[in-house]
Amino acid sequence: MTPAHMEAALMLAGVLFMLGLISVLIRRNIIFMLISVEIMLNAAGLAFIVAGSKWVQPDGQVMFIFILTMAAAEVSVGLALILQIYHQLKTLDSDAANLMKG
Amino acid sequence: MELTFYIAAAVATLATILTITRYNIIHALLYLVVSFLAVAVVFFTLGAPFMAALEIIIYAGAIVVLIIFVIMMLNLTHEDVDKEKEWLTPRVWVGPAILSLVLLAELAYIILAPDTQPTEALVAVDARLVGMSLYGPYMLGVQLCGILLMAGIVGAYHLGRQKKKVVHRFLQPKEERSAAI
Repeated sequence: MTPAHMEAALMLAGVLFMLGLISVLIRRNIIFMLISVEIMLNAAGLAFIVAGSKWVQPDGQVMFIFILTMAAAEVSVGLALILQIYHQLKTLDSDAANLMKG
Repeated sequence: MELTFYIAAAVATLATILTITRYNIIHALLYLVVSFLAVAVVFFTLGAPFMAALEIIIYAGAIVVLIIFVIMMLNLTHEDVDKEKEWLTPRVWVGPAILSLVLLAELAYIILAPDTQPTEALVAVDARLVGMSLYGPYMLGVQLCGILLMAGIVGAYHLGRQKKKVVHRFLQPKEERSAAI
């Protein structure tokens, strides 16, 4: 594994994370915001894999499995919340859900 | 292997940019699947083939299918066949198809190419080491993941349940009562 290759992989993780962050900030559709959070978690996992590959240790891949588990739990709860918001407000606009007491 | 990595990285970046700029959720999900596949190829070139398989199974499989199910549930009220027909024009799927074909060509190249220099370039951390570490020093983390998944299941069930509002018909508002009758 050459160092340039490794730095490029870390750059890829950074670029993917920034794309997800930009999408969270600019999109108002709440499903798109959830997808963007998935992109960001995936980029974080990629950074862990790169680090684990650099030092040839299994710890990076173990952390990726934990991130995968967390992403699965997060997306199930998030989609249930999206269903509730859609049934309450009849829209997917995240700006519509700006009141604590529906 | 170097060139494979750079092509997969370019495909991942391009597919992610196309994901976050779509207006239609289904189009964005198509590009999102391609992005996950490309990241799986990157994992493969980084010497983590088991993680590449997990990425495809869980991210590109389970999570995207879950989002598609929720989109279908949301569209149940105003189901529109014409809209769905409009979603599946060749203009829609030709972009993800071309990007996937690039990944398929890479896969064929990796499998079919003669072994050039795999000795010094790639040191793979195989799944056996990961399993030993997962159930050795990281045992507490595995148990915490189990608790987290159970909390996720209970939370999703509790939040996703449709609360039936059982109200006596004399207590309903005027217009709902007339609609019910």
